[in-house]
Amino acid sequence: MNVELKDIYKTFGAVRANVAINLTIPAGTIQGILGENGAGKSTLMKILSGFFRADKGQILLEGQPVIIQSPADAIKHGIGMLHQDPLDFPPMRVIDDFILGRKGNLPMGQAEAVQDFKKLAEQFSFSLDPETYVDSLTVGERQQLEILRLIWLGARVLIFDEPTTGISAAQKEKLFAALRLLASQGKAVLFVSHKLEDVEGLCSSVAVLRQGVLVGEAKPPYVTKQLVEMMFGKAISVGARNPCGVEKEIVSLSKLSVEDYRLKVRDVSLTVHCGEVIGLAGMEGSGQGLFLRAVGGMTRTVGGKILIDGRDLTGRSYQTFKAHDVAFLPAARLEEGLVPGLNLTEHFILAEEPKGFFINWEKGRLLAQRRISEFNVRGTPANTVESLSGGNQQRALLALLREQLDLLLLEHPTRGLDIESTIYIWSKLKLRCKQGMSIFFVSSDLEEILQYSDRVMVFFSGKVTPPIEAATLTTEKLGELIGGKGWPTKPGEQVSESTSGKGA
Amino acid sequence: MKKNTWVNLGFQVGALVLALLITTLILVAAGAPPLKAYLSILSGAFGSTRNVVAVLITWSPLLLTTAGVLITFAAGLWNIGMEGQMTLGAIFATGMLRLFEHAALPPALIIILGILAGILGGAIWAALAGALKTFGGVNEIFGGLGLNFVATALTIYLVFGPWKRPGVGSMSGTQPFDQALWLPTLPGTELSIWSLVISVLVIALVYLLLRGTHFGLRLKAVGKNSKAAFLMGVPTWQYSMFAFLLCGAFAGLAGGIQVMGIYHRLLPNISNGYGFLGLLVAMLINYQALWAAPIAFLFAALNTGSVQLQIIYKLDSSFAGVLQDLLVLLVLLGEGARQRFIKKN
Repeated sequence: MNVELKDIYKTFGAVRANVAINLTIPAGTIQGILGENGAGKSTLMKILSGFFRADKGQILLEGQPVIIQSPADAIKHGIGMLHQDPLDFPPMRVIDDFILGRKGNLPMGQAEAVQDFKKLAEQFSFSLDPETYVDSLTVGERQQLEILRLIWLGARVLIFDEPTTGISAAQKEKLFAALRLLASQGKAVLFVSHKLEDVEGLCSSVAVLRQGVLVGEAKPPYVTKQLVEMMFGKAISVGARNPCGVEKEIVSLSKLSVEDYRLKVRDVSLTVHCGEVIGLAGMEGSGQGLFLRAVGGMTRTVGGKILIDGRDLTGRSYQTFKAHDVAFLPAARLEEGLVPGLNLTEHFILAEEPKGFFINWEKGRLLAQRRISEFNVRGTPANTVESLSGGNQQRALLALLREQLDLLLLEHPTRGLDIESTIYIWSKLKLRCKQGMSIFFVSSDLEEILQYSDRVMVFFSGKVTPPIEAATLTTEKLGELIGGKGWPTKPGEQVSESTSGKGA
Repeated sequence: MKKNTWVNLGFQVGALVLALLITTLILVAAGAPPLKAYLSILSGAFGSTRNVVAVLITWSPLLLTTAGVLITFAAGLWNIGMEGQMTLGAIFATGMLRLFEHAALPPALIIILGILAGILGGAIWAALAGALKTFGGVNEIFGGLGLNFVATALTIYLVFGPWKRPGVGSMSGTQPFDQALWLPTLPGTELSIWSLVISVLVIALVYLLLRGTHFGLRLKAVGKNSKAAFLMGVPTWQYSMFAFLLCGAFAGLAGGIQVMGIYHRLLPNISNGYGFLGLLVAMLINYQALWAAPIAFLFAALNTGSVQLQIIYKLDSSFAGVLQDLLVLLVLLGEGARQRFIKKN
């Protein structure tokens, strides 16, 4: 089925997620949708599959305009979407999950459904047992189940949102074979990804989104450099760095390993000196967040050692790390960092070591007053934190940090902030680095990573590069690494500046 | 600012008027003349010294449970289990008194031991609910409710089993204690000055804790956003547990006082709904300890006053409950409407 998106607009509050997007996907093709986190890929796909309504614009199927109001509507029109986290029912049997979306009352016996299921599975050479329970399947198998289910429901347009996250290489091969088969059957396939390699190897055409705008389309043979440029924008100039002169080791990691249910980060070794800034780059969920939290004692490590200022804190709690002058600032400011309902004075009192039993409100208010003006927070000590703007909340969080700190862990320190706030916040952070504090920070903003890091570690599906001197990196090289290109293929091979010219 | 104050007041008065209006309709439907009914509530509560004393007797345990629940609310917890905690306080106090009833100790010491035992009993029961929540992932509402039933069953078992009166067990409770072990009361009344003083002290303590101490501030931080509180270095689960313990201690104290000051024995339903009523008071005052004393007093007066209605108009004794519940419901609704109103303007 031919799909046509015409002049699609969608905004969420002040965020323009999709702006004037025009895209045509002919039947029998695999269309790649490429872009970094927050580029608007998922929003566009959710509009096509009925999860969102576009503010403006048209969807045409076989040249006919259609109105899609819900996912059920979408499937009626033959559009099915596979979500990044499969939307299935873990406590149910595979076959029950398979039948569930079917319209009508008991349309057929289960035996018939099982037969259909087996026939379809054979066609795609998936080996799924209809009688097992969904929660015993791997992510890859759950995807296979979803594919079969959508086809059975009559989907002729299939959308895959980041389907290669969290599945094995063998399952990926199978998935790609299935996608090619779908296309050869005349179905339109949309493949959403941030992984250059996957997109280049699979898609017959690629559309690149950046900040809600469709910035370009490409056909094979693909030029990686061109795709990276479209994804991340033009190369930027790198600002002055603040090299660390002191030889005091603040953090020493040896063969640190962390994992969660979908990712394993293995054997990271690193020594960080005081005043150094380490940028952790990568697409969201590639392991950098996990790693950052492990360095602060918030995620249990499964191997290796963490030394902070020479003391072994492996396996200790965040409270212990905190007592050793480590602090963590979460990305979700109002959800994890601040306490809505309490005012700034109360926050400053909370953040300091309590002295005595009763609160000295006058002292607290003066402290709040001083820090507020020092950090240029637009608010008064009596303002509750939720009444502040995002930039001011971030400044307040920085102002709340104790004076004595060895290591600061930051998640997206300037996400959602305007340029002025960003520059201000980094000037404050750099000032503290001069006083000897080290920083680890996660960011999906390449400019920020290159501009403010001394060394950069890139994460991709749980793999980590050794720390790379930021001075030797370019936006392009970094973009490639983030997209999974230019990684060593043989174990033990180093990613370093020697490979940085490869894409050029 | 000024304008907001008036808007707030308007919504609160509106809720109050609406509650009275609906109650009036209910009274009319039940065939009672509304104005006379309201007057008889008033005279039932304040018509004579005896009545005022009865109001004060109700006020004291209600203040204690309100004080307790203000602590758990501050920590973001719904301690539904105060009824059970009060009951356990009563059981522990009774047990202690029975243990030393015939010992050669000064009665004052036994009374103090009884009160301490009551506090301990309530705290243990609350700690159970807290441990279920903290270590077992059982929501404190379900844990507390379940423990309430267990506490009731335990009382009935004791009253009809090991602690039954000589001869045959009865719903009227265990054998009354020796009069020397009763909390001293004002001559000719059942009002214990001690219980009144303790209750007022406790609510004042809670007010101070929540308003002016590091403990109170950290407790509030845990209640409003435990993730952020954790990152700021507050040991969150320990604070939740402590809030349970403190609340249970106050509820247990109330239970102990019921046993030693008023009934002088253990009987079924000794908690008398004070646990739930305390929750209502706390919600009505929007968790501000400053207002606990007057509003708890109002509730006590309503409870006492409406006893008259039952006698004069043959209305069900739950009438006071209807009025109180309507009040809370409508004030909460009014608060929601107010926030929408402010957002729109």
